[in-house]
Amino acid sequence: MAAVIEGHPVVAGEAAGMSLVSSEPLSFWGGYDQNTGTIIDRRHPLSGRVASGKVLAIGGTRGSSTTTAVLLEAVRRGTAPVALLTIGTDVFLALAAIVADELYRRSLPVVALSDPDFARLSSGQLLKVATSGRIIIVDP
Amino acid sequence: MGWAANKMGRGSASSYPSGRNFTMERALSSRDHAMLEGECGPAAQMAMRILERMRPIMGAQSFLDISGAHIDSALYQGEATLAYAEHLADLGARVRVPTTLNVSGVDEHGWQAWAVPPDWAAGARRQMVAYRSMGCKPTWTCAPYQESQRPAFGEQVAWGESSAVVFANSVLGARTARYPDLLDICAAITGRVPAAGLHLRRRRAGQVLFTLRHVPVALQQADSFFGVLGHLIGKAVGNRIPVIQGLEVAPSEDQLKAFGAASASSGAVALFHMVGVTPEAETLAAATQRRPAEATIDVTMEALRATRCELSSAAIGPLDMVVLGSPHFSFEEFRKLAALVSGRKRHPGTQLLVTASRVVKALAARAGFLSSLEAFGGKVTVDTCILTTPMLQPSVKTLMTNSAKYAYYAPGLLGTAIVYGSLEDCIRSAERGGVDRDDSLWQP
Repeated sequence: MAAVIEGHPVVAGEAAGMSLVSSEPLSFWGGYDQNTGTIIDRRHPLSGRVASGKVLAIGGTRGSSTTTAVLLEAVRRGTAPVALLTIGTDVFLALAAIVADELYRRSLPVVALSDPDFARLSSGQLLKVATSGRIIIVDP
Repeated sequence: MGWAANKMGRGSASSYPSGRNFTMERALSSRDHAMLEGECGPAAQMAMRILERMRPIMGAQSFLDISGAHIDSALYQGEATLAYAEHLADLGARVRVPTTLNVSGVDEHGWQAWAVPPDWAAGARRQMVAYRSMGCKPTWTCAPYQESQRPAFGEQVAWGESSAVVFANSVLGARTARYPDLLDICAAITGRVPAAGLHLRRRRAGQVLFTLRHVPVALQQADSFFGVLGHLIGKAVGNRIPVIQGLEVAPSEDQLKAFGAASASSGAVALFHMVGVTPEAETLAAATQRRPAEATIDVTMEALRATRCELSSAAIGPLDMVVLGSPHFSFEEFRKLAALVSGRKRHPGTQLLVTASRVVKALAARAGFLSSLEAFGGKVTVDTCILTTPMLQPSVKTLMTNSAKYAYYAPGLLGTAIVYGSLEDCIRSAERGGVDRDDSLWQP
């Protein structure tokens, strides 16, 4: 039985994948290996997990302004998540997705969620992200 | 897994595909429209289109003019950042406002002395050339405020580099959002930014109040205190604006630089207020704009000690290298270091590296500060730092630093162990060839 979350489409697009979830914010620079799509910030709860091809749900970004560049390079290499879900709007992730569209015509949906909606997510769910910002938890 | 395996990830067209059909026509000036329509050239068109797509995401109704920019986008991160730079350059991009450049991906004229792969150096150099061609000043430093003309109080600018942003807002009282790589150059090319966030006075009020409780003045005077305090506060506030009260000392600029960089690493701090110290915080009421604090947090010695431990991933053992200069070393820091290393010599197994800008290195050389550093066995790298260029030999496994920013990022980015200590601790450890910290200031 599917559950539905209505998110706000910060950068609209469609995607589907397994979820990887932590409300802890992440700096992609120093925290995301663009060669492998692995989260490498040793202080982050998802440290060591591979986010490539997944729907990555994090509280937002922190720290370095180079996060956008790392995410853009990950998109180019195909090591980026297929979609990004955050608590509230994250400007850095949105920018990376917009430039990925401008430069490579590749879609990376970014969806903003409320705190309680984000809390309904957990790692290992199959998620479908719609252009409207609707997220379907296929098997909650 | 690549994009080919991810076809479902390729979504529909974006929501703001072109410069037309804006619902808020009046939000844009006639020149904004002209740029969007391509009348100011294809580079300004692309830059303005990206800004216009970001405007609602950043919560802005309109744009405002900036009078300067500092660009982090020149930092080479691989083919994508280079492609973006060369695409803009090929479109004829020119910056409209005085623009300085942050660190690059390589020490342009000194990389051969280190372990930098030649193909990395070539890519990073091409990216440097692209940004220079747009009319940016080749300052190549994360601390432009140490050498270039500083923005004045209240001046609207667009700065990238998290540690520079927090310094510009907090210490100088200039107004900038935390511009990410790729967007800062759009602002410089157009001279425009979304009128949002820290550009607006009402968005600059302190939100979380930190009060120092029973922190000895002797510790408050120590440089290493500020990195620890910044790390603690950044972690606690995230992207909110902290107000710090209870300091009994007047921090130096280098201490404020270290504090801000630490808070912008462990958190996303873009502005802090220190009551009685920073320009928008003459009083607590001024710092909070007379609004109630969202939260009040006491800073105790217990919390400070725990934070200091967190900044080190190894406490004892042999030491491969001491690294100083994140953010880039200042002239005053070179003066202090020169006096400290005078007549001493590093252990043969422990290197000493200082990262700085070309200008500050040249000034330090003129002042005679580099001769004792060289006699000690220390080296200086310019344009970049150990986090932004692959310069360290794989044999370098254990680092020591007085920078909380280096301490925060080195384990993830370089895979090294790192120890945080004072400048004095670092030099003594380099001399002995092993970590040797003086903990007396931190004892209960």
